[in-house]
Amino acid sequence: MSLDLRNEKGVPLERQVFTWRELAGPTYSKLDDDAFARVRVILMNGVEAEAVRFSHACARMNRDLQLPLARVRRIEHHQQTLVNWLNPADQSPLETTIGYEQTAIEVTAWVAQAEPDPYLAQVYRFGMLEDFDHLYRFSALMDRVTGQDSNNILQSYTDVRPGRPTSVEHRAPEDELRRPYNRNTASLLSKLNALTIVSAEHQVHDYYMNIGPQFADPVARMLYAEIASIEEQHVTQYECLADPDETWLEKWLLHECNEVYTYWSCLGQESNPLLKSVWDRFLAYELGQMHFVMDLMRQIEKRDPEMLIPESLPDPIKYESQREFVRKTLANEVDLRTNGPDFVPLDQESELSMEYRAQVNTDGSPSELITSDYQFTPGTELENVIVPPIH
Amino acid sequence: MPTKPTDIGTNRTGIATSPIDSQRTIKAAKAAGAGPSPAHNGHALEVERIARSRDAGPVGTVPPPATVKGMAKTLVERLQGHKPTVFIDKLGERLAFERTGTRLYEALLAKFEVAEVHAGGPTRAELEKIRDDEHRHVGILRDAMLHIGADPTAMTPGADVVGVAGLGWIQVLTDPRTTLTQCLDVILIAELADGDGWMLLTSLADALDFDDLSKQFQAALVEEEEHLMLVRGWIAAALLGQAGVAPTPPVRSV
Repeated sequence: MSLDLRNEKGVPLERQVFTWRELAGPTYSKLDDDAFARVRVILMNGVEAEAVRFSHACARMNRDLQLPLARVRRIEHHQQTLVNWLNPADQSPLETTIGYEQTAIEVTAWVAQAEPDPYLAQVYRFGMLEDFDHLYRFSALMDRVTGQDSNNILQSYTDVRPGRPTSVEHRAPEDELRRPYNRNTASLLSKLNALTIVSAEHQVHDYYMNIGPQFADPVARMLYAEIASIEEQHVTQYECLADPDETWLEKWLLHECNEVYTYWSCLGQESNPLLKSVWDRFLAYELGQMHFVMDLMRQIEKRDPEMLIPESLPDPIKYESQREFVRKTLANEVDLRTNGPDFVPLDQESELSMEYRAQVNTDGSPSELITSDYQFTPGTELENVIVPPIH
Repeated sequence: MPTKPTDIGTNRTGIATSPIDSQRTIKAAKAAGAGPSPAHNGHALEVERIARSRDAGPVGTVPPPATVKGMAKTLVERLQGHKPTVFIDKLGERLAFERTGTRLYEALLAKFEVAEVHAGGPTRAELEKIRDDEHRHVGILRDAMLHIGADPTAMTPGADVVGVAGLGWIQVLTDPRTTLTQCLDVILIAELADGDGWMLLTSLADALDFDDLSKQFQAALVEEEEHLMLVRGWIAAALLGQAGVAPTPPVRSV
């Protein structure tokens, strides 16, 4: 299913309206819906959160764009509300955390394979192995504090085992910066991939910063603090990938294009009719917003937006288990470290990062503490109990 | 500096803390709108809840049996004319409850280690025994579900709902600031619900002619009743001791 970006104009801004009941409508089912339905909701909430975040930053730096930004931003805010309110109330913060990590793993793993630029693909593989480890640590926390099984959320699509250990993911800021793509030569897919992943990671960071202190358990509080710090590193890493020389309007247009791309990817693979109707509606909204920004680019920058936006989109994001790719990457790259913007073998890691890590881990590591002797067991590790047989 | 929640301290939450400011707040609220009346007692909230509940689907459903073979051998024959999913849902609910219960007692053991335990309070051995009982109950329920061809790793709707209800219990038990007595209050709620849960499950197993399961459930119920009696006694001893009305000085100070 291809989408004609030049001729599909979507819904004009003035018809993109909401009511409160729509914003807080029915939800998907935590138990009955496919895990990738949750993944799509989580990802699209992240993409909309990024739209709002970018729009505010842009408004603060561009007086002439403030009104058009405010008009689109109000809609994006309500889109984010509607999408995020699709999450059901029986999904606890810890269960949602498991969903966030699954989203980070599966979507980043797909992006890493689709990415045409070898350096950018390496960045995605590197970050993915760290989120993969977070899933293992949070699964142990869920099992050992609540007696619940993270696989109820993961639905066996994603392995639960150590990745690059969280305790060694702590790096100095100097080793977290990456080289950007070149705005003039990079493919559209590279630009969209960078936006999708930074959106997802920024959302995870903000979520952990909000819910972390709501846990009572001292190890849970420390673990969220530790992993939120890595998510901050990841946002730093991924936001470097976009060319800083893109104009503000160019960045805005790419954001809108990415929203079209991600909703379109969701629409093609959704089995839940409620979610499908949301993706369909918001794809039309985003097309309207993208054409609105294309017109602004023509008026303000006197540039042809078609130079940036091609006739059709790259292949959609595939929402499916990337287990084999993750395993292969784990086997080959778990020992990679960084030195400046480069990925290096273990023995070439930067001194700065080693010093930084030694300091933050001085009085122990919560991620190591919670997983002491932990191995995922279906139904929780409490299943390892033998009782007399039934007669 | 107060060291116990029952010491007098600087609690600022009540209206009596600010006699002047509180009067200003009350006057401003009165000036701004109509006073309380039956029409304002949440009727609109109820109307909305009713409307949404009519339209809402369930939180989820019971999964199909884990093995068709298991289903054929047991459920089809023994549950002829009944709705087996009700039994499976309740088994899943009890199983989730016991898993969380085991973790709650683990958290309670940490509370015990830092508590000033009064005469008549729990011993570590007693708490460990209950934790082990809860853990064994996990195994009993897991095997019961496998026995009738159900998947014990699935979260049934009943399991989901008790999980939501239990979140507050976990918060209380794992908060470093709560005391052993405060946690025992929560454990009492859990044990009351647990006992009734086993009672209903036993009745259901009896009614469905699962005599083998019923016998095991009955034994678990007896253990749960013992837990309840112990917890009630520990709370009473702690409160009387803390209030200074009974000769129950701390037998183990920290």
